[in-house]
Amino acid sequence: MPAELSSVEAITAALASVGYIATRQISTAIYLAQHLRKPVLIEGPAGVGKTELAVSAAKCLSFPLLRLQCYEGLDDSKALYEWKYGKQLLYTQILKDKIGQLVGEKDSLREAFGKLSGFQDLFFSRDFLEPRPLLQAMEQKSGSVLLIDEIDKSEEAFEALLLEVLADYQVTIPEIGTITAQVPPIVILTSNNTRELGDALKRRCLHLHIGYPDAALERDIVRARVPGLSDKLLAQMVAFVQALREENIRKPPSVAEAVDWARTLLLLHASVLDEALVRDTLNVLIKRESDIQVLDDRVVPLTRAALEGQKKGG
Amino acid sequence: MERALNGFIRALRLAGVEASTAETIDAAHTLALVGYESRDALKASLGLVLAKSETEKQLHDEVFDRYFQVAEAAPSPAAQHDDDSEEGKTGDGAPESTSGDPRIDALMALAASGDGQGGGGGAAASDQARAQINRAATEAGADEIRFQTQTSYYVQRTLERLGIQALEARLVELLNQSTSAAQAEAAQLGAARDRLRRMVRAVIDQRYELYGRPATEQFLTEVALEKSLAQISNADMPRMKVAVARMAKRLAVKHSRRQRVQLKGQLDIRRTLRANAGRDGVPFDLVFRYKRRDKPKIVAVCDVSGSVSAHVRFLLLFLYAMNQTVTDLRTFAFSNALYDCEGPLERLPFEEAMAHILREYGGGGTDYGAAFETLESDYWDEITKRTTVLILGDGRSNNTPPRLDLFREMADRAKRVVWLCTEAPPRWGTGDSYMLKYAPFCTHVAHVATVTDLERAVDEVLEAY
Repeated sequence: MPAELSSVEAITAALASVGYIATRQISTAIYLAQHLRKPVLIEGPAGVGKTELAVSAAKCLSFPLLRLQCYEGLDDSKALYEWKYGKQLLYTQILKDKIGQLVGEKDSLREAFGKLSGFQDLFFSRDFLEPRPLLQAMEQKSGSVLLIDEIDKSEEAFEALLLEVLADYQVTIPEIGTITAQVPPIVILTSNNTRELGDALKRRCLHLHIGYPDAALERDIVRARVPGLSDKLLAQMVAFVQALREENIRKPPSVAEAVDWARTLLLLHASVLDEALVRDTLNVLIKRESDIQVLDDRVVPLTRAALEGQKKGG
Repeated sequence: MERALNGFIRALRLAGVEASTAETIDAAHTLALVGYESRDALKASLGLVLAKSETEKQLHDEVFDRYFQVAEAAPSPAAQHDDDSEEGKTGDGAPESTSGDPRIDALMALAASGDGQGGGGGAAASDQARAQINRAATEAGADEIRFQTQTSYYVQRTLERLGIQALEARLVELLNQSTSAAQAEAAQLGAARDRLRRMVRAVIDQRYELYGRPATEQFLTEVALEKSLAQISNADMPRMKVAVARMAKRLAVKHSRRQRVQLKGQLDIRRTLRANAGRDGVPFDLVFRYKRRDKPKIVAVCDVSGSVSAHVRFLLLFLYAMNQTVTDLRTFAFSNALYDCEGPLERLPFEEAMAHILREYGGGGTDYGAAFETLESDYWDEITKRTTVLILGDGRSNNTPPRLDLFREMADRAKRVVWLCTEAPPRWGTGDSYMLKYAPFCTHVAHVATVTDLERAVDEVLEAY
């Protein structure tokens, strides 16, 4: 077990070293995932760093990241394994030529059959197996991070398929047998909650909910992601984003948008927030036209509040 | 340690967090891993293991705080040292031994340590005291508490477990003596008894909050769900709101799944050929045809007139809950004319939406004919071959023309017409009821008397998709 996983504090520090600012909940989840050998199911609004957590965890532990993006129609041949049909076909062709020689030496049908049966296992063997992300994760020798992204996009049947992998860290291939993971991977599932997940799946996972961060945490996150920003502007922009989330809009800005906005402000060499600047760059934060219209006359008071709050705070 | 966890999980379940046995085992592993040292770490860890949705997490945090509640006197979070506190009775916090009876001394020490005045004992003694009282409360059966009125009973039982009898006997004895020394000791004993009683009472109150209140609440909800809709009182409304919201969620979860149905055995030739083009057309991968299930599309028409006034609040509550869960829903309310109530249901919280609908649309005499006329002239396009029309009402039309012709046309247009009637079948067709006339055009007519009936009826409606 890597030293980074020995305690909750160590995980927080390790994640911070690759630029992911984790709350206690988040680090505890990774800690428990490692020590209880359980997958973590992460739910929460889009853009709060669910996927990023898996990527960062893999980076800081220097584990390979195996990513499985879920979508409607995803099935076992794309998630678990597939037979290399082309290679098998080719093999059959070769076999066809050889088969005459092989069988020719034998006198009776029984003997010929016995001779052939030895080749069948070869046909459905590891040489013809194309491992997909789930099986790949099981086969990693020294640990890995398996990310099953947006599980809510897949169908119910796929959830059932995952149960064996998640509970026992093994994959059963009827023709070969059961392949068990040498080192259980750290499994992270993310969901945007477009549909309710099954109880069976939830029961097998630790459940982590990542919401919008508070102002202090968000400042830390943006600072870690966009290093060049001045503290004054950082405090102002975070205060503004936080206030924006309280407004009555359909899609409030999340952390990803806040980071994008910080980059935008840095690029524009802004030193202080003002109304014109906010109005020009609002489309980085808000992605819906109707929301932008709703906010049209709220920009001025919100900007002022952000500036004043920053003065009080600083 | 195990007992503390079991109690916690029981409290969690009562509060509505569905923690399974497997999750309980996980929680025990977590506990062994994390330990009791840090309260925050334990809370975070158990929250990850036991609570599996955002609402469950909130419930978990509330129950955790209540269960592992720490009195202000003791800042140390290690509250539940059940194992190490066996010596608590004869513990180190007994500085003022005056009586000579060891049992009384132990109680005095207990009372003193609980108030944080235990001399040498300090915070640790306070923890031990709490553990001792907790144990006595469990032995006295306080976990079975159901009603607040039982508190005094369990306080007394717990005190008896702690051996209060000896102290009381001594107190009576002292009160009968008139020497000043005896009086002083009596006062001391009396104060200790009162302190003990307060400490035990706090523990029993906590147990009631954990086990009694949620159990009572659950029972009342169950009763309310089986109650006739007409008898649902104002006091039941908050409870009903929770129950109906849960029901609507359940229905939505159940029917939002499985949008594709595979047609086993019907090969999709075109897609099979395409999928196997790379293998020289040898069909290794078979692609079967499937059909998409229609998403439920519902037009709900709700009677809010005087004749169903007893049910109306409930019917609206139901519409409100549906509106939050079913995506493709149009809701209309009518008494003597039909109104679209999408606006209020969408924008306002339930109480306001209901008041608004009743004020604006309700109160008049029922006129089913007029309602269907408005539906035809303004909203006919809403009703297509995919639509289920849901009618909530009693079918009493105040002797106005029932417009059966329009109703029939609507039934032809729609996929299904379901009538949920608030009146019992024997009363259909009596007086101004047109139920029997409407019924032949409906796909399904159900008498809805309780919330459970309603859930079943709507389940059937959605099942048809």
